Amino acid sequence: MAIYNEKVMDHFMNPRNMGEIENADGKGTYGSPVCGDMMQITIKVENDVIVDAKFKTFGCGSAIASSSIATVLMVGKTIDEALAITNKQIVEELGGLPNVKIHCSVLADNAIKAAIYDYAQKSGKTYAGLEGFDPNAEEDHHDVACDEEACGGSCEKIK
Amino acid sequence: MRQVYLDYSATTPVKKEVLDVMLPYFSEKYGNPSSLYTLGQESKDAITKARGQVASLINADPAEVFFTAGGTESDNWALFGAVDALKKKGNHIITTKIEHHAILHSCEFLEKHGCDVTYLDIDCEGRVNVEDLEAAITDKTILISVMFLNNEIGTVQPIKEIGEIAKKHGILFHTDGVQALGNIPIDLKSLNVDLLSMSSHKIYGPKGVGALYVKKGVKISNYIHGGAQEIKRRAGTENLPGIVGFGKAAELAKENFDSHVKHCSDLRNYFVDKVLNNIPNTYLNATMDGRHPGNANITFEFVEGEAMLLSLDMQGISVSTGSACSSASLVPSHVLTALGIPVEKIHGTLRFTFGDFTTKEDVDYTLEALTNIVNKLRQISPVSSEKGW
Repeated sequence: MAIYNEKVMDHFMNPRNMGEIENADGKGTYGSPVCGDMMQITIKVENDVIVDAKFKTFGCGSAIASSSIATVLMVGKTIDEALAITNKQIVEELGGLPNVKIHCSVLADNAIKAAIYDYAQKSGKTYAGLEGFDPNAEEDHHDVACDEEACGGSCEKIK
Repeated sequence: MRQVYLDYSATTPVKKEVLDVMLPYFSEKYGNPSSLYTLGQESKDAITKARGQVASLINADPAEVFFTAGGTESDNWALFGAVDALKKKGNHIITTKIEHHAILHSCEFLEKHGCDVTYLDIDCEGRVNVEDLEAAITDKTILISVMFLNNEIGTVQPIKEIGEIAKKHGILFHTDGVQALGNIPIDLKSLNVDLLSMSSHKIYGPKGVGALYVKKGVKISNYIHGGAQEIKRRAGTENLPGIVGFGKAAELAKENFDSHVKHCSDLRNYFVDKVLNNIPNTYLNATMDGRHPGNANITFEFVEGEAMLLSLDMQGISVSTGSACSSASLVPSHVLTALGIPVEKIHGTLRFTFGDFTTKEDVDYTLEALTNIVNKLRQISPVSSEKGW
């Protein structure tokens, strides 16, 4: 029995939207290499719709798969719709992740918000879905993601 | 698809010669070694033979070898047995930060039950400083436990020097020899080692069997209580096929020692050389001087270990991570942490361990796959040598 299902392995081995958009309208990174996972998402926005999204990730198989699926989910959505994407949705789209890897979906969810946050800052817009989001919360998250028990607890809450 | 196993320090396949001698002891020669009739006595003789084979590999007296259920039990027995036997003398243990969890978690348990434990640092080459060790000795010190050879980075510890210090101060000296057995010479007649843990499945023997060497005259308390097996030192009906297999594996390890070491180190050296030259931003961790012949522990900057491991696995190659990310724990390797490797680089570390069945073709296949995988993952990674961490 492999540790990941076929869909996770597919997104890990054949990641969608891998790369970086030049002159992106929004660019966000979340996590840190110290923690073991860091994701960067860049987006292109037209008329409040995300027309393109790309990712780069330092991390394990599920981190790469989570960021791949996150970009797939974002493209074609309005900013508000993209902000409504949850980590639970990312896990479901991947057909499930091992418990110890749930934090990867949390990171991907935050990376989406970090990219949109940057877009909002640059374009002077405000979105209800960004309320309370701190793009520099990596240090806090560090403790969460690197502590197995703490992660399990927080992920349950997020779900 | 080609299957390449490069995790011989995790476990080894049982050699055919070993399996062949084990098989009759399952359903033909199944007698209980404690039984007095012929069937039982034949089993007893088989264990006596195996004891001699294991003793011969470490140049010990057969009466000093006690079979256990494996390396972990041997480590637990050594620690708990020594602490209990010496509780009137003191309660202080000296060990290192890079021990196997069978030692570290046993020490943590003992700390909860009144022991003080000193965990020694290692230097950048992966070795304990013997002066630090001697300085840590107090009048309460009852046991020194320093592993012979580290399982992750493969470095050999200064066992002879530590043994001399232990003897000078009259302190028991235990060493976890699980990774050392069969891979570097162990001559207990020339080392002041009182207790040495061994495991069968690291030397092409079966899993679930090991041994503890207890030097003649050294008194430690029993750990497994029950019947009179193992001269009343370790209770429980003997794992007869396992012990027979361990004995044969030990005999083969002794016979083939030189060719084993040469084979593994030739392939390992070739591999390390190619990786460091062909893949930029890669580092070998710990010194090559005095190291497990088959161990290579390499950091690949800007990529994560589990992603490399999984990608290699997709191509039939089995390796392990220095980081514990692939297992249930997300805590980075305590050994690489003690070696002073930054955490982000620990996450990008793989351990390759070569063994008797590894071929040059396997290594070449792995080198090609590894180069492509690291390149691909570096393209995916937001960190790089240009952008930095």
